[in-house]
Amino acid sequence: MAGTAKAKRAGIETPARRAFRQLRKNGPATVSAGVLLVLVFVALFAPQIAPHHYAAGDFSANFAAPSSRFPLGADFLGRDMLSRLIYGTRISLSVAFLGAFFAFFVGLIYGVIAGYFGGRLDEIMMRIVDILYAFPGLLFIILLMVAFKTGFGGVATTNPVIRAVGTLDAKLGGVFLIIVGISLTSWVGMARLTRGMTLALRHAEFMTAAKALGASNRRVIFKHLVPAIAGPLVVQVTLSIPGFIGTEAFLSFIGIGATPPTPSWGTMIAEGFSAMRSHPHLAIYPGLALAIVMLAFNFLGDGLRDALDPHSR
Amino acid sequence: MAVLAIRRILSLVPVLFVISVVTFLLMHSVPGSPFATEDKPLPPQVKANLEAYYGLDKPLITQYFSYMGNALRGDLGPSYLQRNRSVNQIIRQHLPPSATLGVLALAVALVIGVPIGVLSAVRQNTLTDYVGMFIAIAGVSVPAMTLGPLLIWGFALELGWLPVARWGTWQQAILPAITLGLGSAAVLARLTRASMLQTIHEDFIRTARSKGLTEQRIVTKHALRNALIPVITVIGPLFAALVTGSMVVEQIFAIPGLGRYFVDSVSSRDYPVIMGTTLLYAVVLVISNLVVDLSYHLIDPRMRLENSA
Repeated sequence: MAGTAKAKRAGIETPARRAFRQLRKNGPATVSAGVLLVLVFVALFAPQIAPHHYAAGDFSANFAAPSSRFPLGADFLGRDMLSRLIYGTRISLSVAFLGAFFAFFVGLIYGVIAGYFGGRLDEIMMRIVDILYAFPGLLFIILLMVAFKTGFGGVATTNPVIRAVGTLDAKLGGVFLIIVGISLTSWVGMARLTRGMTLALRHAEFMTAAKALGASNRRVIFKHLVPAIAGPLVVQVTLSIPGFIGTEAFLSFIGIGATPPTPSWGTMIAEGFSAMRSHPHLAIYPGLALAIVMLAFNFLGDGLRDALDPHSR
Repeated sequence: MAVLAIRRILSLVPVLFVISVVTFLLMHSVPGSPFATEDKPLPPQVKANLEAYYGLDKPLITQYFSYMGNALRGDLGPSYLQRNRSVNQIIRQHLPPSATLGVLALAVALVIGVPIGVLSAVRQNTLTDYVGMFIAIAGVSVPAMTLGPLLIWGFALELGWLPVARWGTWQQAILPAITLGLGSAAVLARLTRASMLQTIHEDFIRTARSKGLTEQRIVTKHALRNALIPVITVIGPLFAALVTGSMVVEQIFAIPGLGRYFVDSVSSRDYPVIMGTTLLYAVVLVISNLVVDLSYHLIDPRMRLENSA
C-alpha cells in the first residue's frame, strides 16, 4: 500500500491505524479478539489438541465423571466431552467466518450496484430484496435442510443434483447445507445497508471530485466509495456473526442441522439435555462454549463500532 | 389517520400474497411425499388414492387457489400427519401457550431492559453505565439453549425453587419467560440508552432544568416519555419474534406450543400445517408492525403534523 507508506513517512496516522489503536484501548474487545484467536488456533489444530477422537465412544464409560482420562467427563455414549467441545469449535467458527464472508461480499456488491447506478435497476434489485426480506428466513433454511438431507422422511429421490448435494453434505457432517442456508439468507440485510450508505454518499463532494478528475466508475467505486462505507459494514457483519452461530446451533439442537456424530455444540446441548436431571454439566458445557464465542464476536463488533465510528459514544 | 390506516392495511395484502405463494411453491418443490417415507414405502395404489383424496394429484395452481379460497374463509385444512385433527384445531390448541409465553417474555424484557437503559444513559460513562452495557451485550450473546439449561440447573435442580418443566401453573412460566425474554431485554436496554442520550441533549430538557425541576422529575416526566418512542416502535417486531421464535424454549421446557409443530410439519411434509403456521406467523409479524406504525403516529404529535401538512 503506497498510501500507507507515504502516510507513515509523513508521520500521519492512517484511519485504519487510528481505528486499531482505538480498538486496543477497549478492554472487552481486546480480550474478545484474543479469545477468538485462541479458538481459531484450537479449531485448526483440533486433532493435535484433543485427547480423543470426537466419535470415539466407550460404552463402559458412559456418563463418566471428570477424570484424568476424561477431563470434563464423558457423554451418554462414553465420548470425551472436552474433545467434542474442541472439535465443535471447527463447526461454529466455519459457520461464523463463511457466513460473514458471503454476507459481506454479496451484500456489498449487490448494494453498491443498486445504489451507485440507481434508476430502474435499483428499483428492480430492491424490490427483490424487499420480498426476500419479508420471507421467513428460517422456513427457507429448514426447507433447504429437508429437501437435500437424506433420511428425513424423504422418498428416495433419483434427482442426481439433490443426491450429490446430500452426499457432500453428509460427508461434511451436515454442516455444508447450514452454511449454504445461512449464506443465502444473510446477505439481504447487508445489501440494504450498503445501498443506503451508497445513496447517501453518491453525491458527496469527494465522489463528485473523483468523477470530475475523470476517474472511471470502477475506480470511483473501489478507490473512493467502498473504503468510505467499509467501516460500518465490517461492524455490521461482525455483529451478525453471533446470529449465524446461533442459527447453526439452533438447527442442530432441533435435530435438522449437523448429523451425529459430528460434534456441533447445538447437538451436544440437545443430547446432554436429555440427561439434565442426573448430569446437568453435559448440557451446560457446550452451552457455555456457545455463549463464549457469541459473546466474543459481540464485544469485538461493539469495540469495532466505537473504533470506526466516532459518533457512537 | 384513517386514510393512513386503510392504506397501510391494504399494503399488507400483496406482502401476504407473495409470502403464501413462495411458501407454497417452496414446500411443494421439496422432494418427498407426506404419506410415504424412505423406510416406510406405501403401495403405489394406496399412495395414489391418498393423494387423490387430498387433491394432491391436481395441478399446483389449482391446489393453491383451492387452499387459499378455504384459508380466506377461515378453514386451514386437515393435517396429513394427525389425520383426526384439522390445522385450525392444532392452532387453537397450541397457539395460546406460545402467545402467553411471548407476552410474558416481552414483559420480562420491558421490566429489565428499560430501567437498565435509563440508568446507563443518566449515568453516562460511569461505572453504572459500563456495567449496564456489559450486561446488555452479555444478554444478547447468551442463547436460550445456554440460558435454559443453566436456569433449570440453578433454580430447579440445585435450589428446587421452581419446577423443571411443563406448562400450566404460574411457577412453570417463570423460567421459560426469563429464558426467552432476556435477550430482548438486552436489546431494549441498548436502545433505551441510545434514545435517552439523544433526548437528554434536547432543548426542552434544558428548559426543564432551567425551571429548577428536580433531576428525577426531568428524567421521568420529560426525558423518558420522549425517549420511549423508538422503544415502542420495536415492541411490535420484538413481540412477533418472541411468539414465533420460541421453538427452543418450548422444547427445553416441554411447553405444548406451536413451534415444535412447525418444524415437525416441515420435515414430514404436512403441507397444510406448514402453510397454516407460516401464514399465521406472517400475519402476526405484519400486524404487529402495522400496530406499531399506527401507534407511532398516535404517540408522537410531530408525526401527525407532518402527515396532515
